[in-house]
Amino acid sequence: MQQAADTVTKIDAEENKATTAQHTLSVYVSNKPGVLARVAQTFARRGYNIESLVVSPGRNDEFSRMSIGVSGNPDMLDQIIKQLMKLVDVVHCIDHTFDNSVVKELGLIKILCSPDERGEILQIAEHFNCKTVDLTKNSLILMITGDSDKIDALTEMTSNFEVIELVRTGKVVMARGSSTT
Amino acid sequence: MTTTGLDGAQALLKCLDRQGIEIIFGYSGGSVLPIFDALETLDTNIKFVLVRHEQGAVHMADGYARATGKPACVLVTSGPGAGNTISGIMTAHMDSVPMIIITGQQVTWMLGKDAFQEADIFGISMPIVKHSYLVKETNDLPRITKEAYHIATTGRPGPVLIDIPKDVSQNPFTGELDQEMDLPGYQPEKASKFDPVAIQAVLDALKLSKRPVILAGHGAVLAHAEFELKTFAETLNAPVTATLLGKGVFPETHNLSLGMLGMHGTAYANKAIVEADLIMSVGSRFDDRIIGQADKFGRNATIIHIDIDPAEINKMITADIQCIGDAKAILVELNKRIQRLDTDEWVNHLGGYKNKYPLSYKMHGGLKMQHILDELYNLTEGKAVITTDVGQHQMWAAQFYKCDAPWNWITSGGAGTMGFGFPAAIGAQIGRPNETVVAVVGDGGFQMTLFELATAVLEKLPVIILVLNNHYLGMVRQWQELFFDNRESGVDLHGNPDFVKLAEAYGATGYNLKRPADVRKVLSKALEHKDGPVLINAEVAKTSNVFPMIPAGAALEDMLIEPPKTKLPKPVGST
Ligand SMILES: Cc1ncc(C[n+]2csc(CCOP(=O)(O)OP(=O)(O)O)c2C)c(N)n1
Ligand SMILES: [Mg+2]
Repeated sequence: MQQAADTVTKIDAEENKATTAQHTLSVYVSNKPGVLARVAQTFARRGYNIESLVVSPGRNDEFSRMSIGVSGNPDMLDQIIKQLMKLVDVVHCIDHTFDNSVVKELGLIKILCSPDERGEILQIAEHFNCKTVDLTKNSLILMITGDSDKIDALTEMTSNFEVIELVRTGKVVMARGSSTT
Repeated sequence: MTTTGLDGAQALLKCLDRQGIEIIFGYSGGSVLPIFDALETLDTNIKFVLVRHEQGAVHMADGYARATGKPACVLVTSGPGAGNTISGIMTAHMDSVPMIIITGQQVTWMLGKDAFQEADIFGISMPIVKHSYLVKETNDLPRITKEAYHIATTGRPGPVLIDIPKDVSQNPFTGELDQEMDLPGYQPEKASKFDPVAIQAVLDALKLSKRPVILAGHGAVLAHAEFELKTFAETLNAPVTATLLGKGVFPETHNLSLGMLGMHGTAYANKAIVEADLIMSVGSRFDDRIIGQADKFGRNATIIHIDIDPAEINKMITADIQCIGDAKAILVELNKRIQRLDTDEWVNHLGGYKNKYPLSYKMHGGLKMQHILDELYNLTEGKAVITTDVGQHQMWAAQFYKCDAPWNWITSGGAGTMGFGFPAAIGAQIGRPNETVVAVVGDGGFQMTLFELATAVLEKLPVIILVLNNHYLGMVRQWQELFFDNRESGVDLHGNPDFVKLAEAYGATGYNLKRPADVRKVLSKALEHKDGPVLINAEVAKTSNVFPMIPAGAALEDMLIEPPKTKLPKPVGST
C-alpha cells in the first residue's frame, strides 16, 4: 500500500540518497561474449556507478564470477539485482552486503623512497603484514591483502611518502560456511 | 567431421524451418547474400516477404506475432540495414513481443576494423533485446537458432537478435542439426511456478474487499488467460479495467468492464481505481501512463501484483501482495477457491459513473475521428483486427473501438512508435489472411512507413488503411494548446500529399471521406473491397482534443474529463 504522502517524488529521491549504502554483489554468469557489457549496462542505464569489479573464471571455464562493489539507493539496487537475474547469461546474483561474507582485496603501492626513508616504510609495511614485492635503490612496491579498510589505512599511513602508484584489485567476496556465493 | 552438403546459411534456414518459423520479412544486402541465396536453393515451408524498409520488416513481424501469437523472423543486411531495425526492435522489446532478428555482418576477421557496412549491432541493440548473439562458428548455428526461438517465446517474450558474419553463413556446415541448448542462466519455468502462500494471501485479501478492481494487462493476453479472467471476474462480481495493451482480454462490452484506464482512459475506470479498496493487476507493469503520480496511485487500496517477470514487482508501485508466475496458471488456481463478493453496491456505484461520464463526441463541428471509429466498430461488429499508429487517433481508437477478444488489438504501447500501425497491419493480415484488418493511422505516422504500400499491393493484402487526416501532429498540437498557450511549434503538416492519389500510384485503391454523412458509405465500400489494399483519406476536424486526460505525472484524481476552463501548469511527467 502506498503511504498517503503528499511529498512529491523529487523529495523522496532526495531522502533516498541519504540511505545510500555500500553493497557487494556476486554475479555468477555463463562465460559468453558480451556478458560483462550486459551487466555493466544494467547499472549504467540507471545512472549507477560501479565502484569496483572483479571478473574471474568460475570452477570451470564455462562460468565466470563477478564481484561488484557499488553504492546507492537500496530500493534501486534491489531493482537492478532483479534485472541482472533476468539476463539470460546470469545464473545467479546475490547481494552479500548484510550476510557477513568474507570480503577481501589486494593492493599494490609503489613508493619512491631514498634509502633513509626505506626503514620507516618497511616498519609500516610489517605492521600491516605487507610483502615487499619489488625493491630498487629508490623505490619499492608493497603488496597488501585483507579488508578494504586495511588497505585504506595503509594508503593513509604512507601518504607522507612519495606514493606514485596505487593499484587495487577491488573486492572479492565469498559467502561463509556452505552458503552459495 | 561430418559433411552435410549444406552451407551455414542453408543450415540456418533448415533450423528456422524446423523450429516452426513460417515467415521471414526482410531486405537484402551484401552480408546476407548467402542467406538470401539459401532461400532459393533450399526447399522449406518458410515464406519470404520483401519489404521496402527494414523498420517496416520489424513492425510486420511484430504485427504478425501480436495477431497470431507466433514469432516471425526478420532478415536484414549489416550496417545500415541493421541500423534501420532499431526502432522496431525497441518497440517489440517494450511490449514483450517475440521475434527473431537476423542481421548479416562483415566477415569475422574484419570485425572491429570499421570495414564497409560493419556496425556493432550486437552492441547497439543490447539494451533493447531480450537476448542476442554474435555467431563465430558455422556449426553453432543450430544451437543458437534453437536457443533464440526458446528465449523469444518463453517466459516474458521478447525479441532476440542473431548477428551472423558473412563467412559464418557462407562456410560449409559440418556439424549436427540437432543440438542441445546451453542456457544455464535461463529458467523461465522456475518463474512460472507460483507460490501457494501468495495464492492464499490473494484469497484472504479478496475476501475482505468491498471495492475491488481487476487491472488486466498484456501479460494476461500473452498467457492466453482470457477465459480464466472472465470466470474470475464473474465469480467474484468484480469490475475489470484494462491497459492499452490489455484491451480485449476481458470483453469490453461486458457489464463488468470499465474499459481502458490511464492517461486517456475512461473516467469511470480512473474513478474506480481512485476509490478501490483492492487493485489486482494481472500481467500489467503499472506503466506510468496508467498510474500517473506513483505515490498517489491506489494509496487506499491493497495492491496485488501478478506478473511472470519478478523485475516488475515493486518497480513502479509497491505491492502488498506479490504473486510471481504465469497469469493463467494463477487464475486457474484462484478460480478453484473464490466466491462471489459483496460488491453489488460497488458495481452499481460504478454503473452510475458510466452513465454520468460516458465516452461521447459531438456530431457538429465537422467530421470527427471518434465518429468514424464508432462507425467502424458498428460496421465490423467489433470483430476486426485493429492496428493503430500513435497519436490522437490511437487514443480515440482505444476508446471507441471496443474489443471483446484478445489478439485483435495491436498498438505500440510502451514505445509509442509512430510508423508502427500500417506495417503491423500488413504482418497481421499475412498472419490472419481471412479476417478484416484495419490500420488506423494518423497523417503524420502513416508518412513514416507508407512506402510499405508497395509490399501490401504485391502481397495482394486486403488491408484497410484508415488515414485520420487532421493535417497536424495532433497529439503534440493538443499538448501545445493545453500547456503551452496554444503556441504551435513544429506540428503543422501542410504539404501532406494527396493520399488517395498516392495509394493509386502504388496500385492500391483510395477513397476520400469528407462529410459526416458519408462515413457509413465509404467505410462499407472499403470493407467490401477484397482486392488488395484500400486506403481511406478521412479529412477530419483539425483541432479536436482527446479527453478524458490525466496530464503526465498527475494523480488519477486530477483527471480532466472535459476541456479545462483555466490555463494548466506544465505537466511534471515526461511526454
Ligand atoms: C517516431 C516518433 N516520433 C515522434 C513521436 C512523438 N509524437 C507522438 S504523437 C505525435 C503526433 C502524431 O501525429 P499523427 O500521426 O498525425 O496522429 P494524430 O495525433 O494527429 O492523430 C508525435 C509527433 C512519436 N511518438 N514517434
Ligand atoms: Mg494527424
